[in-house]
Amino acid sequence: MQTPLLEKLSILADSAKYDVSCSSSGGKRKNEGKGLGNAEGMGICHSYTEDGRCVSLLKILLTNFCIFDCAYCVSRKSNDVKRAAFTVQEVVDLTINFYRRNYIEGLFLSSGIFKNADYTMERLVRVAKKLRLEHKFNGYIHLKTIPGASEELVKEAGLYADRLSVNIELPTEESLQSLAPEKNFKEVLTPMGHIKDQLVLVKEEKKLFKSTPSFAPAGQSTQLIVGATPETDRQIMTLANGLYQNFNLKRVYYSGYVPVVTDSRLPLISTPPIIRENRLYQADWLVRLYGFGVNELLDEQNPQLDLQIDPKLAWALRNRHVFPLEINTADYEMILRVPGVGIKSAKKIVAARRFAHLTWEHLRQIGVVLKRAKYFITCGGRSLETREWDEETIRRRIIFGEKGSRASLWGSQLDLFQQAG
Amino acid sequence: MHFYTYDGSFEGLLTVVFEAYERKEWPTQIGQEGEAPPGIFAEHHFVPTQEDKAKRVWEGLGKKLSKAAWENVYKAYLWEQPGFEMLIFQFVRLVFSSTQSGVEENFAEPCVQKMAVVGKQMHREKHRMEAFIRFQRTQDGLFVAPISPDFNVLPLVVPHFEKRYADQHWLIYDVRRQYGAYYDLQSVQIVSLGEAPLGLRKGQLSPEILTAVEPLYQQLWQAYFDHVNIPERKNQKLHLRHMPKRYWKYLTEKKPRLQPHQPIQNKQVPTSVLRLNA
Repeated sequence: MQTPLLEKLSILADSAKYDVSCSSSGGKRKNEGKGLGNAEGMGICHSYTEDGRCVSLLKILLTNFCIFDCAYCVSRKSNDVKRAAFTVQEVVDLTINFYRRNYIEGLFLSSGIFKNADYTMERLVRVAKKLRLEHKFNGYIHLKTIPGASEELVKEAGLYADRLSVNIELPTEESLQSLAPEKNFKEVLTPMGHIKDQLVLVKEEKKLFKSTPSFAPAGQSTQLIVGATPETDRQIMTLANGLYQNFNLKRVYYSGYVPVVTDSRLPLISTPPIIRENRLYQADWLVRLYGFGVNELLDEQNPQLDLQIDPKLAWALRNRHVFPLEINTADYEMILRVPGVGIKSAKKIVAARRFAHLTWEHLRQIGVVLKRAKYFITCGGRSLETREWDEETIRRRIIFGEKGSRASLWGSQLDLFQQAG
Repeated sequence: MHFYTYDGSFEGLLTVVFEAYERKEWPTQIGQEGEAPPGIFAEHHFVPTQEDKAKRVWEGLGKKLSKAAWENVYKAYLWEQPGFEMLIFQFVRLVFSSTQSGVEENFAEPCVQKMAVVGKQMHREKHRMEAFIRFQRTQDGLFVAPISPDFNVLPLVVPHFEKRYADQHWLIYDVRRQYGAYYDLQSVQIVSLGEAPLGLRKGQLSPEILTAVEPLYQQLWQAYFDHVNIPERKNQKLHLRHMPKRYWKYLTEKKPRLQPHQPIQNKQVPTSVLRLNA
């Protein structure tokens, strides 16, 4: 009996939702010649789920039949769940019809592995090819690369997709061995390497021949599951940093482990580690965009990110000897390191101080969060604080407010612990 | 006291600016034709729109402003909130009176600051419309979307949809301001239906005029929306911040379900954990 489309979609959206990536930015596909769709520059979040996550793409599995038995995965072979599979045409129709109604920016297609890696990958590629060639579809396409798929198929996927990704899933080989015995790092890293080589090659060729066909113009990304295995944040960030350096990844996504299956190898948790996930993203941004080294944020003494405060503030508190900075003279690179100052504010500060001596009021208008920044900067040689606070006090005042009665302190503390899980 | 009125068009407003300069009589208030004067002592001037005068003001502004700041004057007109005419007038006067360039960045001037705020609000509403517009397909292949934005952003979103849906007929209709943009595969025209049909205003076109598969796709989208949610991560506050309730009326995924979508029973979480949750 054929499963109705509605049920298929329900099953295959439900099992794809734990993959957190939903970005639709970085595409460079223009609509030329009155085709369908346009994916230039910024992505659009068309909707938001009740958990507050952006819905930008139709994120589905081609099928949740899978020959693998990864412990953390809903679709694992030994899990007794409803199985379904889309045909290539069904995915194409859904994408086109959702896109035409302005529900989505495009398609994010992944899959369980049926038969073997190449058989599965070949079908994913066929969906993308059909969308591009038969339907002149210029919307965004993100294809998941199946570990172990051949280099030729990965190459072909890149011709039609805007982004490719291979999920590394677990941060160490040991964890992968224990929870996903059929996978290994080599199988994940090999296609990642192929994609990178191809990206570099096409970029070079484009310099010579403008007509060189694009290859995954929005680059490649990967995902790591956090909290299912005992790795520290330090291990995770070191791995992520290595991936950025060696594989030119656009993004590493961190997915807080949501318990979906019973397995004695997995930890028993009641809520996903949402705060930890958030702190990892913050650290990731600091490394990619703020010039921090992983070893500055995490080291042997501090292998985990602080759940109560963000990693930049934690770094600043551990490095009080660097501060206070005089905002009118300090280097841009150092201003970036002040808690409460973002990239935009830092740029504005450097631009504005060429014209005028900056005051506290200027900083406030520029958008600096003085509540945090004031402990670390001076303005014209003056501090906003008359006293020299110690690390613990600054920490407390930033988390719980400067006046905070005992009652409110308790309230927020409990709230924090609850969220930290 | 000088009270100027105009026909409500952007060109009309620019003509008012021209007239005020010509007479050297600065307005204390500007309103649309038929609007009551601010007081019995106000001298009332009705200014008929004259395109050549409007054009001179517009081009004059273009010479003194950056492209973004220039476009922002038009955005302030579409903003339509009380006092927008005087805001534009004050800004234009500042621009024409300043001798140096870059006056649009002089945030010490209240009207410059206000124009920046207005520009930001307009940008945000435009972006929301680009995200939240939902088309429904009719039998004759027209994709129809009713909207009711806080500000008059329809003219600003048209280029986006023209590029994106170059191969389909579409109509985006602002039911609050009673006009729409219709694309016929060649170009976009401004249309008005007079009183919009009830179905359009309510956000649900009647099934007779919709194409047969339309309800199915709406249902599929609702099912998708329900199933990508992760209940363990529920965060209603964040949800509402991104998608305020006033936009729900025209969002397919926020309309009542034909049948509730039960979560897929694919999880096998140990019962001890479930008890912890309860």
